[in-house]
Amino acid sequence: MSMLDEVPIGDIAAGSPETSHSKKPVSRLRLVVSRLRSTPRFWVGIIGLVAIILWAIFGLVPNAWNATDLDVYNMGSRPTGLHWFGTSDIGEDIYAQTIVGLRKSLIIGLLVGPLAAIIAGVVGAVAGYLGGWWDRAIVWVIDLLLVLPSLFLFILLSPIFKSLSWVALIFLLSGFGWMIMARVIRAQTRSLRERDFIKAARFMGVDTWTIIRRHVLPNVSSLLIIDATLGVGGAILSETTLSFFGFGIQAPDVSLGTLLTAGQGAAATRPWLFIFPAAILVFTVLSASLVGDALRDAVDPTSGVNRD
Amino acid sequence: MIGFIAKRFINYAVLSAIATLSAYVLASIILNPASRYLGRNPRPSDDTINAILDGLGVNPNTPVIERLWAWIVNLVTHGSLGDTIHNTTVISEMTARAGTSLRLLILGTIIAAIVGVAIGVWGAVRQYRISDQAISYASFTILATPAFVLGILLMILATMLNNVLGIQLISFTGEYTAGLDGGWWAHVLDRAAHLLLPTISLALMGAAGYSRYQRSAMLDVLAADYIRTARSKGRTRGSALVRHGVRVALIPMSTYFAYSFATVLAGAAVTELVFSWHGMGEMLVQAITQSDINAFTGAILFNAVLILIAGTLADIVYAALDPRVRV
Repeated sequence: MSMLDEVPIGDIAAGSPETSHSKKPVSRLRLVVSRLRSTPRFWVGIIGLVAIILWAIFGLVPNAWNATDLDVYNMGSRPTGLHWFGTSDIGEDIYAQTIVGLRKSLIIGLLVGPLAAIIAGVVGAVAGYLGGWWDRAIVWVIDLLLVLPSLFLFILLSPIFKSLSWVALIFLLSGFGWMIMARVIRAQTRSLRERDFIKAARFMGVDTWTIIRRHVLPNVSSLLIIDATLGVGGAILSETTLSFFGFGIQAPDVSLGTLLTAGQGAAATRPWLFIFPAAILVFTVLSASLVGDALRDAVDPTSGVNRD
Repeated sequence: MIGFIAKRFINYAVLSAIATLSAYVLASIILNPASRYLGRNPRPSDDTINAILDGLGVNPNTPVIERLWAWIVNLVTHGSLGDTIHNTTVISEMTARAGTSLRLLILGTIIAAIVGVAIGVWGAVRQYRISDQAISYASFTILATPAFVLGILLMILATMLNNVLGIQLISFTGEYTAGLDGGWWAHVLDRAAHLLLPTISLALMGAAGYSRYQRSAMLDVLAADYIRTARSKGRTRGSALVRHGVRVALIPMSTYFAYSFATVLAGAAVTELVFSWHGMGEMLVQAITQSDINAFTGAILFNAVLILIAGTLADIVYAALDPRVRV
């Protein structure tokens, strides 16, 4: 599995041709921002993401129903002026339920993405910087986790996490979502280790942890930011899949996954129970991954995957 | 080239073996097979439960390392993966189910690879045109859709189509129609009709990922000098693109294919469950819900062997395409 080491390493120090025309050197941040601005995909993604977050926060305000209200006079109704997304067979307002579920899914996604990126950064930097047996052991664990599909491990571990609250699910998802990025960070760190500024720090007697924290991690931070953004969508997908099969979020809590489970049986006859939460879910994940993808292109225009 | 492939094969084989053994240990620690008998009324005596669990080799009172050793010895000497909690052998359970899963997996993966590569090349050649933009956004949308949502959406569409046509053109529940009369051909057609939607679902997901990757690999190649050289020595554009472009762009794809296969397996398991197929994915999930350690390890072994095969195949393609590894 050594092929992943060949992931092209973007030369961080290299300036792009655009900079050579201006007199004042353009900072890296401004370069990235200006590249982002000219990417239509970034705008589609960021507007969608902001809209969905605002909707999750304020969406319940204009609605007459709460997620737990039961409207006994309109059970199983189609989408109407009274119930915008229709009602379930016991009179729950699907609009209110979707927003409550979306909130939970968003919280999980927004926490898991950065958390997994932090783990990936630390593990990858330690493996790449220390080298030797540490490196071999860590790469070996990463390869193992890549061979065992993480969905199966989630399901296996779910009996433990079911008894705990949904917060435990966040740690479970981030605990298995860092492997691929850790390998990329490791490859990047191995080349950083040979740079002069790291060597200088090492020869001055700075201890290993400080070098990793002060010199290695800041230099791979752009990769970590991308990974965190792309991880948001991935985490939401994992959470909904787990919840759909009853291994994730448990009954009193509502997430988009449990809503889709409830609507699944009636998907063909009363499609509003399924279509609305599903559309919201796809829209959320799509927006997050468009932002992450545009970010990757802006940080490293020569990056292999999804280049534009 | 043989040396390269043998080295990679051994690497994958060791990884698969270790993955299976770790799965056994993990399952032994987490799952509690006794719980299935404790809930019974009248409750069996402790001796009975212990006897049953010892017979299966899953008694939690025995240390995990001892059970693992017994499992390995049993596998090596008898070629047996132990018994399920329903007192059937894991091997017989797997042979009954593997065909179902393999049919879906092989068809789905092949279609996904062909369609994904074709669409990716098409998108790269027509970069920034409307067709490229449409393909890009479509694959992003499919990648943002969970496997189960895609499956159910396809079912809704099929139901609507059936309603419009007034006949049962596409059937999608289960693997075949129970109690179907008719000859051999009727059965084959029936199974093909049931195979349609799950295969589309799996192939769409795979093709979306592959096409993104193939597109970027192809874009790298299109800018290369050797394409211009091929054109200048008189090759037509199409011939230069296929003989020199696609061939090179497929090299990184083969690595990506090996790495993404675990994801495909998880997607296939979800697809099986959504379409209520009795395949290996269902076996794996049922094994966990019923705390069946032996069946779970069997299902993981099945997946590990598939990853081993897919990885080796990808490496063979890699070696065939890239002359540098053949020296």
